[in-house]
Amino acid sequence: LLAAPPTGLLHAVRLFEYEAREVVRRAGIPVTDFGFATTAAEARSIAERIGGPVVIKSQVLTGGRMKAGGVRFADTPEQAERDAAEVLELEINGHAPRGVLVDPRAQVQREFYAGVVWDGLRKQPVLLFSDMGGIDIEQVAEEHPDHVGRRHISTVLPLSDFAAKECIASIGVTGRQLTRLVPILTRLVAMFAEHDLTLAEVNPLGELADGSFVALDAHVDMENEARPRQASLLKDLGVGEEETRQAREATPFELAGEEVDATDHRGVAGNITEFDGDLGLVIGAGGGSLTLFDAVRAHGGRPANYCEIGGNPSVRKAAGLAKLVLEKPGVDKIAVMMSIVSNTRVDIVARGVVKACLELGYDPAEKIGIFRIPGAWEGEGFKILERYGVPYADRSVSMHEAAKRAVEATRA
Amino acid sequence: MSILVNADTTFIVQGITGREAVNLTRECLDYGVGAKIVGGVTPGRRGREVHGVPVFDTVTQAVEHHGRPIDGSVVTVPPAFTKDAVFEAIENGIRLIVIVTERIPRRDVAQMVELANLRGARIIGPNCLGIIVPDVIKMGGIGGPARDAEKAYRPGPVGVISRSGGMTTEMSSTLSAAGLGQSTAVSIGGDAIIGSSYAELMPLFEADEQTRGIVIYTEPGGRMEAELARWVTEHDSRLPIVAFMAGRFMDEMPGMSFGHAGTIVEGKEDTATEKIARLQEAGIAVAEEISQIPDLMRERIGVGAAA
Repeated sequence: LLAAPPTGLLHAVRLFEYEAREVVRRAGIPVTDFGFATTAAEARSIAERIGGPVVIKSQVLTGGRMKAGGVRFADTPEQAERDAAEVLELEINGHAPRGVLVDPRAQVQREFYAGVVWDGLRKQPVLLFSDMGGIDIEQVAEEHPDHVGRRHISTVLPLSDFAAKECIASIGVTGRQLTRLVPILTRLVAMFAEHDLTLAEVNPLGELADGSFVALDAHVDMENEARPRQASLLKDLGVGEEETRQAREATPFELAGEEVDATDHRGVAGNITEFDGDLGLVIGAGGGSLTLFDAVRAHGGRPANYCEIGGNPSVRKAAGLAKLVLEKPGVDKIAVMMSIVSNTRVDIVARGVVKACLELGYDPAEKIGIFRIPGAWEGEGFKILERYGVPYADRSVSMHEAAKRAVEATRA
Repeated sequence: MSILVNADTTFIVQGITGREAVNLTRECLDYGVGAKIVGGVTPGRRGREVHGVPVFDTVTQAVEHHGRPIDGSVVTVPPAFTKDAVFEAIENGIRLIVIVTERIPRRDVAQMVELANLRGARIIGPNCLGIIVPDVIKMGGIGGPARDAEKAYRPGPVGVISRSGGMTTEMSSTLSAAGLGQSTAVSIGGDAIIGSSYAELMPLFEADEQTRGIVIYTEPGGRMEAELARWVTEHDSRLPIVAFMAGRFMDEMPGMSFGHAGTIVEGKEDTATEKIARLQEAGIAVAEEISQIPDLMRERIGVGAAA
């Protein structure tokens, strides 16, 4: 099995449930009187404040909390403390919890679902609503499609209540439920827009005995690209700038890669992702890297890493990346390959990778299995490679053929 | 002929005084018959010139100076200012906008695209290298400096549409080397929301007599390939399509799935395996390697297919 995907290929900044609920609360959607605790004693005092039965929920960025025992029901503050102590120690899918959420057990009459996501083909957000909340919306959509309302939302017209009204009414919900739900869904849409979210979900959205509604759980993902302009919200939530909030944390190798990319602002040597193979890859650009990684594997090669170089990085940066990969335990040779370049200069990458070998005391001809970067300044680049006896190829050698030669070089 | 642009297309470069934009301007002026870049816009820099192209503070000034409507704009300004620049272009009557800028928040892209749709304008990108008609014109950084672009692109019967800028050139170069030139190559950008998808460009290629087949480069994520497959099936297209799918390895990685809500909108069509199946069902050939593309295309459009 491969490691998790290259972090740069994921987009959303995932928020913990307690953070998501805070975003929902700020948007004007009623939430329960929940609390967040990082110690069992704190959980107890929140339970005391709530003064009734509570739910203790592990705060992890992974699914399957209930199954893993990360959700407990406690009738007393003492039990809440004991449950919290256990849940705080419980790893779920390899994730240690950030803390626990302590939630009053609301008396719910009925559970609804409300969510907003992007529709990439329509190029607009779509509001989703269901009167069958509390379960996966995916399952509802499959088994009861007539219970899922969908309504696209304009990104240029001013937000207006009628879109939410149409969405709710489309599945037959009417009366007081309709009129009370409209402002909640409209606020959810506004929140999605204001905070550059890629997912805003309240599930379940509970209807209480008095006919009011309250968010009983929330899921919020924010777009990575929008982090700079969402800085104040992220700061309020306590999300550190160094937190990637991806499916897994970066490894030390990947963090070192980020440092290399940050050496200067010239070009990119990024998206460095660790794998457990023996063939080091210095590859680019975006599409080229995906193609080459596939090509190496198609020829039976085992990549030690994924990366993307492009935008004409400096010699220092190219050398830094090559060194990092060369020094990775288990790596015998590196393959330096890109699709035809027009912005990145072949000679600069050539200089960088040769420099890396020399500085580590290696013979570039031994360590570089293949150099296949055709394009801008290739004549100058190939001269450098010739001088050091590095095997290289121009555009007449396909990317897959180059990958094959790299794999063969590793086996030789 | 070509799609989107031709030898007479006029355009401006917004953000023209930036380092990359200066290079891009040079490349476009040098390539083919020489792009008609009728102005550049950088606020506060009116009165300067970039390779002989006059710089203005506003798009309105550029249009007034030209004396006639301007066809297009290449937008290469920082992400935080891109939406404003594109709105300005659209509201000044520009109908073809190539957005080079990367890392633009999705909401901004959606707003630009929605306004463009309301005004009858077309967006290519963002995060793309633009459009090239071999030996005629290039609009954007596609192919790089003129002499590099000349090496990779040749006139011919194949339309190229690619989510990766670099792979547009790699595939075109491979086609050219095999004697299959290109009618027009379009780098459409790899973001989740883009101005023009494969299916949205197909009617243009369909209407272009020079084009006899299409090559696409694609990646996991999104539903654009499923949309293309549906378009091809529903429109009984005359154009054979050869696709190349990169990033197949991502199917084997955990954590790549959308959330559940995302899945019901985006469907389960976004993995490499699913996409390949959809494309093949629609009669689209999927190449295992780039080097197979010319033969697959030649089989479909007939031998000796040079234009």
